[in-house]
Amino acid sequence: MDIIVCIKQVPNSADVKIDPKTNTLMREGVESIINPFDTYAIEEGVRLRERFGGKVTVISMGPPQAQTALREAVSLGCDEAVLISDRAFAGSDTWATSYTLAQAIRKIGRYDLIICGKQASDGDTAQVGPGIAMHLDLPQITYVKKIEEIKDGKARVERLVEEGYEIRETPLPCLFTVVKEINVPRLPSLKGKMKAKSIVIPVWGAKDLNCEPQKIGLEGSPTKVVKVFSPPPRKGGAKLVGEPHDVVEKLVDLLKGDLLPG
Amino acid sequence: MIKVLNDKCTGCRLCLKACPFAAITIVEKKAVIDLSKCTLCGACVESCKFKAIELKKTVGVKKDLSAYRDVWVFCEQHKGKIQSISWELLGEARKLADTLQVKVAGVLIGSNVADEAAQVIERGADEVYVVDQHELEHYLDEPYTNILIELINERKPEIVLCGATTLGRSLVARVAVKINAGLTADCTGLDIDLKDRSLLQTRPAFGGNIMATIVTPNHRPQMATVRHKVMKEAVAVPGRKGNIIQRRFEGKFCASRTTLLNMVEEVEQTVNLCEADIIVTGGRGVGCPENFKIIRELALSLDGAVGASRAAVDADWIPYSHQVGQTGKTVCPKIYIACGVSGQIQHLIGMQSSDIIIAINKDPDAPIFNVATYGVVGDLFEIVPLLAKKFRELRKKA
Repeated sequence: MDIIVCIKQVPNSADVKIDPKTNTLMREGVESIINPFDTYAIEEGVRLRERFGGKVTVISMGPPQAQTALREAVSLGCDEAVLISDRAFAGSDTWATSYTLAQAIRKIGRYDLIICGKQASDGDTAQVGPGIAMHLDLPQITYVKKIEEIKDGKARVERLVEEGYEIRETPLPCLFTVVKEINVPRLPSLKGKMKAKSIVIPVWGAKDLNCEPQKIGLEGSPTKVVKVFSPPPRKGGAKLVGEPHDVVEKLVDLLKGDLLPG
Repeated sequence: MIKVLNDKCTGCRLCLKACPFAAITIVEKKAVIDLSKCTLCGACVESCKFKAIELKKTVGVKKDLSAYRDVWVFCEQHKGKIQSISWELLGEARKLADTLQVKVAGVLIGSNVADEAAQVIERGADEVYVVDQHELEHYLDEPYTNILIELINERKPEIVLCGATTLGRSLVARVAVKINAGLTADCTGLDIDLKDRSLLQTRPAFGGNIMATIVTPNHRPQMATVRHKVMKEAVAVPGRKGNIIQRRFEGKFCASRTTLLNMVEEVEQTVNLCEADIIVTGGRGVGCPENFKIIRELALSLDGAVGASRAAVDADWIPYSHQVGQTGKTVCPKIYIACGVSGQIQHLIGMQSSDIIIAINKDPDAPIFNVATYGVVGDLFEIVPLLAKKFRELRKKA
């Protein structure tokens, strides 16, 4: 079973701090990590390979430094890694990103399953997974929480929805986006770490992928960011201290208006 | 693409502070942009008082977009009942359409849903496209995508709004790719720039630490998803008149490679976290699974939902479906009560846009107090049951 896992390198949001003077994001010294949701995609890919054989190829689109994320994915068990990187990709929105990743997947050629995290923690759009599926004209199942069975070219999975979960079936190849519930990612193995150090990661650019220039980067992105600003930071309000009874009394008083209409 | 005009740059560092991606440094008193970090967002261009940064966005030939008119709302239904997110979107759509002086149309796809169409009109739509077929009872990515694409291509709306639900996010991302439309996720503010009729879409990024305003200059429709509880519901006007347009789609439109075998509703989730007006969350301070009883009782006293921090979920005190935060759900209820939650940034990301936040924690220095509207420093095991009792009394009286 050949699996492609798509990952994104994101800033560790735990490190992101707001400069209280300028009210802007301070990103100096912020560590880059694999998007937390993608770690479940990696783990699921590796588990499927362990069950069914084949290989796991991990791909990421981003600046040259995103290769650190790919190396980490290799240390976690992925077999091969490809970095998709080109100045021409800068400014890509989710449309252009999903097109570019789809082109890379076409170039890889052989796959039974594509796995993505349900969304990235920096953009939170959840649009790239389904976008890739559409560009490749593949069926998709989003928010997969369990792969129940893979047999005879079909997969049966549980999909998390607001009210509970659904059981869906799909022919392969297919694209899944996965949620945290699906597994507990392992730690890197020593063997994996060694491999991550030595592995040669090819870098594919726009030409390698036969990208149509009007479909990539800023030009290929229907949406444009026109303004970036910091919202006023939320401020802590009143602290209530004292005997529990008095505090509760005070709190209920403060909330009365919001709890009872009129 | 982007460059610093060295003759104009004074090295004032304003752009350095404005850059959300730390891509600018000052070298020999001139700004230098690290292109591998730059995303061409343009924040620096706006910040520069000397017009020393030039960002050339090749827009190409300006397309004629005048054929696109009207504001559409995809009306999500579940078991034949329209979800309240649709009413919120209709309220917003009405405002946008009035500014643009165009119609609002709803799109309703499902089985046995035709009777619901009148409600869509009552909530402000002028037209409703109804596709009522038994094979469309449950959401399936492919048929729903095919039908929405066909309707859009035929009628050419300029704006399409959809809920940022599991269904909405799965559906419109496919649609936007196929019809080459711009799509902006999780908008918290929508407005019209009448100069070119463009939709100004404002959304949070980095868990709300920065906001971005996004436009779709050269593609139509302009598509956006909006999270639950962000917009106000449209008020129903009984007897409001409008057109109901029935459509049928056969054959290839309804073909689906994936199939739905079963739907399992989880009892613990009787109140959907993302839809709840009030959420009571338990964190590490709750101590053990049995103690979640008092959290549940407080939630019950307010008809609210039960949330949990990652610490509580990781300790197996409560299922993952209750987790609020970066790797769980993002919620924005009217009232959020955090009990024994310290308030790590990953948790704050998931709940800091709540209207009122109440924190109950023993530790007066817990970071949760920095975002709490009302902070209670004390023992949750004393405070929470007392609160539940008081709320029950209050509601009985009312």
